[in-house]
Parts: sequence; structure tokens; C-alpha cells
Amino acid sequence: MSTKTKPETATPSNHITGSEAVVRCLLEEGVDLIFGYPGGAIMPVYDELYKYSDQIHHVLVRHEQGATHAAQGYARSSGRVGACIATSGPGATNLVTGIADAMIDSTPMVCITGQVPKHLLGSDAFQETDVMGITIPITKWSFQITEASEIPEVFAKAFYIAKSGRPGPVVIDITKNAQFGKLDYQYEHCEVVKTYVSRPEIGKNELQEAADLINSAERPYILFGQGVILSEAEEELKSLVEKAGIPAAWTILGLSAMNTDHPLNVGMLGMHGNYGPNVMINECDVMIAIGMRFDDRVTGNLDKFAKQAKVIHLEIDRAEIDKNVKTDVALVGDAKEVLSLLTPLVNTNTHESWHQRFKECDVMEFDKVIRNECDPTEGMMTMGEVIKNINQHTHGEAIIVTDVGQHQMVACRYAEFKQTKSNITSGGLGTMGFGLPAAIGAKLGAPDRQVIAVVGDGGIQMTIEELGVILQTDVHVKIVLLNNEFLGMVRQWQQLFFDKRYSATEMINPDFQKIAEAYKIEAKRIDDRADLDKSIEDMLNHDGAYFLEVMVGKENNVFPMVPSGAGVSEIRLE
Amino acid sequence: MPQQITIAVFSENKAGLLHRVTTSFTRRKINIESLTASQSEIPGIHRYTIVVEITPADADKLVHALEKQVDIQKAFWYANEEIIYREIALYKIRAEAMKDGSPLLEVVDRHHARILSVEKEFTVIQKTGRREATTQLFEELEPYGILEFVRSGRVAISRPMKELKDYLSELKVSSLR
Repeated sequence: MSTKTKPETATPSNHITGSEAVVRCLLEEGVDLIFGYPGGAIMPVYDELYKYSDQIHHVLVRHEQGATHAAQGYARSSGRVGACIATSGPGATNLVTGIADAMIDSTPMVCITGQVPKHLLGSDAFQETDVMGITIPITKWSFQITEASEIPEVFAKAFYIAKSGRPGPVVIDITKNAQFGKLDYQYEHCEVVKTYVSRPEIGKNELQEAADLINSAERPYILFGQGVILSEAEEELKSLVEKAGIPAAWTILGLSAMNTDHPLNVGMLGMHGNYGPNVMINECDVMIAIGMRFDDRVTGNLDKFAKQAKVIHLEIDRAEIDKNVKTDVALVGDAKEVLSLLTPLVNTNTHESWHQRFKECDVMEFDKVIRNECDPTEGMMTMGEVIKNINQHTHGEAIIVTDVGQHQMVACRYAEFKQTKSNITSGGLGTMGFGLPAAIGAKLGAPDRQVIAVVGDGGIQMTIEELGVILQTDVHVKIVLLNNEFLGMVRQWQQLFFDKRYSATEMINPDFQKIAEAYKIEAKRIDDRADLDKSIEDMLNHDGAYFLEVMVGKENNVFPMVPSGAGVSEIRLE
Repeated sequence: MPQQITIAVFSENKAGLLHRVTTSFTRRKINIESLTASQSEIPGIHRYTIVVEITPADADKLVHALEKQVDIQKAFWYANEEIIYREIALYKIRAEAMKDGSPLLEVVDRHHARILSVEKEFTVIQKTGRREATTQLFEELEPYGILEFVRSGRVAISRPMKELKDYLSELKVSSLR
């Protein structure tokens, strides 16, 4: 589908309309799939999408928010730029949540919005809204095109900015007159923007200082995030970890950048991360943070975070250095590039007694939390046992997409990964409703892989309309709804911190099975543990999308937990 | 401790850029005390001079957040002692208050202000200086009736001798890959 020019039947004219230029720019950037929703101010572009439908597959979402999350899922499973398109006014404002999500989670995405004609700008015209004003704070870059001739250069720049450096969302707002107007089309890919450094030069001194610190460390500890995946530095990370024998923990967005079962992968950081990775933050002597940004859900109380440690921070975004955690050595640069230069400078080591400390913590966590969560024998099913069962069937080969809430934390804690780009979740923004559309996008971005959306009964109802995409586009996504009939994470906090005053968290839910079936999706609901294994197996073997609703314990909690405002060492196991 | 800090932002002059600059302040709830936009010594490079009251640590973070914006080339922050800075104030006074022998002429002279324009009904006085100086003149003119007053944002020149073009030439992209 990714042919870059029109068929050879006729040489395409280069004196074309702005709307045709938009489509040809997309083709130049390798876009063969776009998520969107038509409307008045973007109709000329939709008319061209119709003509170019053999080269660009347009996926009609049911709400523009779904287009952004699908584009995000697509970008994260494929490593390419996600594209979405909407009309002006409400079409554009409906993109806002997904743009903000892509911004905070560094997802490369280009959003195209229609706009009223130039002469009506500022006149409160029908479906006019100040898209630039609204999206500037939540985009890496944005531009309003008001003349057709601006289109090629702006698109080239937009795609370059979206995917280079620390990736992020870009908005291109195109007035309708620019879509109708003519231009002499010529496309040049953008490789540099004068005011923007996408690949900072790496400091040689800093590299040596970092290596010296690592070589002198007795208890070195690597924390890695999505930067490893975005720069495709998985092998380089593995080389460093193995050569220097350093235990490595992943952030929620770093999941799958290493194999789960790698002996030096100690697990997940953060509020609901693993016990050892949290506690050892305050035990290590050298901390090496790679492609992560010390989010407050990772650090807990900063005054109680790694105060004893020397900190090396490898990060492509200079603004992240010293933002939350004071750094001793800053390695500003691309993770792949820096790691490939750093690893030759570090000594071979094993740090065995230090590893042992993590293993002791693992035993405690298993006894207090994991055994009960993943291997219960009585009572309602737990989220953990569902994830464990999925692991047993997929052997860590599936892409796991989650929504936001308890099920997300449980899925991220227990899902096993053997391939990179296999965990897609809304980490920074915590966007409920992300899961279903993101899973659809992820499947379209990686059609040969099994994609499982793990969602909760709250989140799925925020974007459940996207089941329509599964129906219309025949996307073979497996949806596992972990239904506890509560907004579980908020309920957990109400239980622990608000004396069980369950304010507005109990859900009276619809018959999800009927909803799925109305969209012609095979569906099943189970509430008996005895049916779990077979149901998961049937779901995965089914040739098509599948909706499996699993009734789980209503008032189960996710542990461990670093209470809000506490230090990471104050993590609670129960 | 928060202190008066002057931030210099260098960028190309593009629509929407001022919004990008100011959102970097507003999202951190940093109040902009004054903002001046002008050309810089380099053709095509625009300069914003922004005065805020923040801690040096926050100034560091703010400057990096500004530089992160794609269209912003470079940003610096300065404590007051690192810059030479001025504002310009204009005062519109009734013509009769300025007639011969008026003590106002002495006030203008003492403040090293100048008479910018003498019209039939009014006179415009101009004073260039720091905030305290223009405020002092305002207070002394006030009893005579100020019809209109305006003061510009701060403009500032840094004391260090390193030139902007040297900083810009240091913004090298990695040659690897």
C-alpha cells in the first residue's frame, strides 16, 4: 500500500489544488493509513482522499478522539508517524485530549484540521475555533496554512518535527481556501530546522565522567523509559546492562524495551511498580536514568528520592535534565547513540550481591502480593490471574494495549514481553478511553501481531463507539474487559484515603455482550474461574475481533502502592 | 528566593510564536511583569525581553523549556547585576502647567528628562531610566496633573561579551548517523 506515486498511467500534473497537495505530501511521508472524520471545512481534502483511496487507507472513526488514540496506537506499534484528520471547530476540539496525550507520552503524530476560509478567520464563522490557540500549549509544533503554496514545506517540516528528537504531536490547520487554491507542487523532505536541534552533540567529557561513575559504583542501578524504544536502543541498552551487570528497571512506558524474563530486568518503577525497584532507589550508589523523565508517579516525594545516589541522566530533551531530579552527569543525546559510545567505556562487572537484594524484595512481593493476585483459588477472579493466563497463551508475543485505571496497573505489572513496542498505554496523561481506539491503531500498525486490549468497565465506555471501526474496517483486536463494576482506581483511593466514601465510583453497566454483538463482534462473558483458560484460548484462536468480558472482584486493590506524597521506600505491600 | 529576572528569548518572527512563548510562563503560573519584542543584532532573529519574579532555579528550568520550543533559537536569563537595562516613560502634561517660570521645568531638568513635544494644549515629557527613576518623576509630576502616562517594558543589554552568534554557532547537531 505504500507506493509513493500515482500509477504510471499518466504523469500527474504539478499544478494542483491544495487539497491534492495535502494527500501527495502524506504519500511522500509514507503515510498509507490515516484516521479521521470528515466535515465541512475539510471536505476538499476528503474528496482527494477518495481519489487516492488505493494508496491511502482512511479509517473512519466514530469520534475524533478515537482518531488521535488510534494514530497513537499505530505510531507506537509501528514506530512510524501516526496521522489523523478532522474538520474545524468541534472536529478539531475533539482531538485535544489525544494531542495532549501524545505530547506527554512523546508520540509522533501529525493532526490535520480543516479551518474556515482565510477571509472568515476571527469572524466567529460556522464551526470556527481558534485551533492554534487551543493546541499551541499541547503540541510540539503547529502551523496554520492559509495559502495553498505553503502546504509542501509545512508538511515536510511537520513530519520531520513530529518524529525527530523527542517525538511529539504536530497540528496543521488548513483554511478551506488553501485547500481549494492552486499551487505548483514540489516536495522536498525536511532534514533540518534552523531553530531546532533534534540530535544534540554528545559531550565526550560527560561520557567519560559517566563511565567513571559507573565503573566506581558498587550498587549501580539503571532506570529506563520509552526513550529506549523511541531511539530503537534496545540492543544498546541490553549490551550496557549485561556488560556492566547492572540491574535495570523500566518505567511504565519503557515496558517491553527489554525482555521481561531477562535476568537483569528487575521490574517496574512507580506508584504501583514492583517492590524491589522502588525500594532500591534509595539504596543504589549510582543511578543511570535512560530515556525517562522522572515523572512524579515514578519518584514519589522528590525529597525522599535517591538522595544518596550520584545521578547520570541520559535524555534527548535538555529541558528534562535537572527538572525534577538533580543530575551529576547529564548525557544529552539520543539513547542509541550515547549508549553505543558509553558501553565500550564501562568495565565488565557482575554486582551479584547487589542483585541479590532485588531478589530478596521479589520474594517478599511474591508472598504478600503476587501469589494472591495471580494464583487465587477462591472468590471472584482477579485481574492478575487473567493477565497471567493471557501470558500463558501468548508467551509474551502479543501487543498489550491498556486503558487507564486498576486494570492498567495490573496489566503493566504482570504482562510479559518478548518483543519491543509491545506495551501501549496512556502513561503521562492517564487518558481513560485510550485503550480501545489505541488497540485498533496498534493492530493496523502491526497487522501480523496479536493485539489485546485490556480495558476496564469505566474507560471502555468513554470510547466504546469505536467498536464501529472494528465492524467497518474488520480489525482483529481482542478486547478483554476486566469488569469490577467500579471506577476501581478511584474507589481504591476512596477506600484507603477517604474512609470508603465511594463517591460516584459505582457503575451500573450496560450489557456489554449485547453491545459487542450489535457491532457483530463475537462476545462472551465469564464469571467462573473454571472458564477462564478456555475462554482466553477461544478468544485468541478466533479469526476476527473478540470481546471477552471477565467479571472480577469488585473491591480488589492494586498493590504494592506508594501512597501519594510518600517516598518510594515507603511503598506499601498491603 | 524569587528575584527580578530578565529573560531574553531569540527566535524567528512567526505568527503564533508569542503565544508559544507566553504559554511557557502561564502554565507555570509565572506572571510576566513586562515584555518587549524587537529585532536583534542578527537579521531575521527577533528578540523578546521578559521580566519576571522567580527563583534562579526556576529560571533555569524556564529557559530550557523555552529553548525546547521548535521555533525558539536560544534563551538566556539574567540577574539585574548582569545587565544594563532601561525603560522609557512618556508623560502628557497640560500646556499651562509648563508655562515660563513653572517649577516643572526644574523637575524635568533635575530628572534628566526631556521635553519631547510641545503642543498648543499639552506637552510630552520623555524619561529614560530604571523603573524607580520613571516612577519618581511620575510622583513629582502628579501634582501638576498627568493627562496620560505610558511606560515601556524593559529593554536590556547583557554585560558578558559573548555574542549571540557565538552561542548559535555552538548549537551543532551531532555529526553521527
